Amino acid sequence: MAKPEFETPTLKEWVSTPAVQPDAMAHSRPFVAKPEHQASLGFPGELVENWQEVALDKMGELLGRYRSLQVFMDACVKCGACTDKCHYYLGTGDPKNMPVARQDLMRKVYRRYFTTAGKWFPKLVGAVELSEEVINDWYSYYHQCSECRRCSVYCPYGIDTSEITMAGREILATIGVGQKYSNEIIGKVHTIGNNLGLPEPALADTLEGLEEEIEEDISVPVKLPLDQAGADVLLVTPSADFFAEPHVDGLIGYAKVFHQAGISWTLSSYASEAANFGIFIGNYENMQKVAQRIRQAALDLGVKRIVIGECGHAWRVAYSFWNTLIGPFDFLDPAYPVPQHICEFTHDLNQRGGLKFDREANDDKVVTFHDSCNVSRGSRLGDTPGGQFTIPRDLIRAACTHFVDMAPDTIHEHTFCCGGGGGLLTDDLIELRVKGALPRAQALQQVIEQYGVTHMAAICAICKSQFSKVLPEYGMGMDMIISVHQLVGDALVFGSEH
Amino acid sequence: MLLGAIFAGLFYLATAVFLVGVGSTVARYARTPAPLVIPTTPAPTTYAGVFARMFREVVFFESLFKGSKWSWLFGWLFHFGMLIVIAQHLRYFTQPVWSWVMMIQWIGSYASFAMFVGLGGLWARRVLVDRIRYISAPSDHLMLALFLAITGSGLLMKYVDHTDIVLLKAFTLGLITFSWQPLPNDLVLLVHLSLVIILMLIFPFSKLLHAPGVFFSPTRNMRDNPRERRHVASWTKDLPKSTDSADGT
Repeated sequence: MAKPEFETPTLKEWVSTPAVQPDAMAHSRPFVAKPEHQASLGFPGELVENWQEVALDKMGELLGRYRSLQVFMDACVKCGACTDKCHYYLGTGDPKNMPVARQDLMRKVYRRYFTTAGKWFPKLVGAVELSEEVINDWYSYYHQCSECRRCSVYCPYGIDTSEITMAGREILATIGVGQKYSNEIIGKVHTIGNNLGLPEPALADTLEGLEEEIEEDISVPVKLPLDQAGADVLLVTPSADFFAEPHVDGLIGYAKVFHQAGISWTLSSYASEAANFGIFIGNYENMQKVAQRIRQAALDLGVKRIVIGECGHAWRVAYSFWNTLIGPFDFLDPAYPVPQHICEFTHDLNQRGGLKFDREANDDKVVTFHDSCNVSRGSRLGDTPGGQFTIPRDLIRAACTHFVDMAPDTIHEHTFCCGGGGGLLTDDLIELRVKGALPRAQALQQVIEQYGVTHMAAICAICKSQFSKVLPEYGMGMDMIISVHQLVGDALVFGSEH
Repeated sequence: MLLGAIFAGLFYLATAVFLVGVGSTVARYARTPAPLVIPTTPAPTTYAGVFARMFREVVFFESLFKGSKWSWLFGWLFHFGMLIVIAQHLRYFTQPVWSWVMMIQWIGSYASFAMFVGLGGLWARRVLVDRIRYISAPSDHLMLALFLAITGSGLLMKYVDHTDIVLLKAFTLGLITFSWQPLPNDLVLLVHLSLVIILMLIFPFSKLLHAPGVFFSPTRNMRDNPRERRHVASWTKDLPKSTDSADGT
């Protein structure tokens, strides 16, 4: 595909809020799902004839299903606190990328059909009919939101635009206008078990190759078991970990930790995917169906624990939603949290003295950490609120001598999305992805200049893929982005201490 | 007397619309389930923690403070000025006047100026900041105009064009005891009261629903404990069950 023409924003000293540039990104639209991608998810193949009626019915249904949507449609006072918080607004200046304006694309329709004021005085309250133009705007701008929840941190009513984006996408899919990237992937998970459509033999082959590679490298027989019934731990990780760079070094890191801990573990070929794009398209049933495979695999393999690899949205679904979607987990060992994050697992071992690190192994690096949005604002690590910020940093500090943080307003709960989350990690949205990465690139540039940072670690497969693609656009190396468990694995000292 | 009767009737109507409107909205919010655990994290893990978070949100506008210092300053001045002014107005509805209402009377004029400044600041931002101008509908400007007019007419009565307070209080007490009394025939007073009636009438149909809404916001009122407690909403129980093959349930 020819590279689309656009200008990569230039990095300045700090993030400045751009002036409003109407329709700057009106042309940005992902490919529409083909009929077969729609059908396997239970959606109509193409735009239905009475789309207006179907869309409004669906909106009414969702308003009754989700308190978030119902309250958020009413509560906004247009105070403007969110207007300069979205990375896509900061990177593009398109006013419809301001969270409140993105919400208003739906709110103005809600007002017209579901409120007294909008039925009687549409002009006064900014209510409009559900026209083709509105649907076009929805398709464009509900695919310019990565559902990262940054706006919800600053809203005095906690309005979370991702809830509205999800509803918007669900309505679009319901009238036959789904997004190709997400829907095609969800279809693959339903039929094959992972986002990549990687079948069991290929997976087994890949894992075997990795085992050989590790043994060659460090002369330790670290295993990556597949479908081993009776193992203690089922590891479910994003399928990118199986071969994408830098993800695979993270997977090797997990395997090393399991090996050193002496805990029996396995991957599953039936549930070979932690990612759950059901959350991206806002569809409860598909999200549940994707998650169900993991419950099934855990039951079939007879494991005692489930551990999740480094993946942001997967962790949000697993941590926050699994118990609701596919619980209760009364068949697992109650001594451990269900599910457990690989960082919690490693951190816990380290706290109990089960791991030894040689930090010199990472002395060639000055490391910073990118908080992934779904881990930071949609879930937690550890027992106490905020553990999602301290645990990965503790791990990095345990494995590296040189660690620095980026600017305070770009980390922890204020963290910026990588620009590729929420089902937008597709080449047909590359302009959006590059521009949306601006705030993070800016903060990274600052610590590179100030502290000589060489690497940015992350615990999310999407962040890793996105940064290795877009950082070069800002003049940074694609290999700057690494897995936390790569650092952990590289510094881990093997011995017979367990 | 006719004037008193008309305004008494309007006040009863406005009160009814306000109570029924807000009540039914609150009932709708309460009825609508929150099927998934979605607090904006880091979030409290206990109800006590949620109470503290909500308290900080409602009293200190914690999130707005993180988001925009100017909006926070003007918004807080306006809301807490209004709270004090409303409390001060209780002297028109109590006989004998409650002692704490008497004690806060002195602060009332400062409070109404705080409202005025807050509203002016919010409106200035709405006009001057290009992003906020973009998201403003006519109703957003009119709402500020309405509050400014109510505040302004109140200040006018206090400092320029006094009304007959004794007669007014007889009217307001009469509203409570359902014995209609005459109302002073002062233009500024009638404007002030009419605007308040309009405010009560439009409250349930406007963005003023943010007041009850904030308490129902799932990102603020849910606990971060999904691994410890299974959260299940009513409608999800009706979905077709995915089947397990091995656990036999």
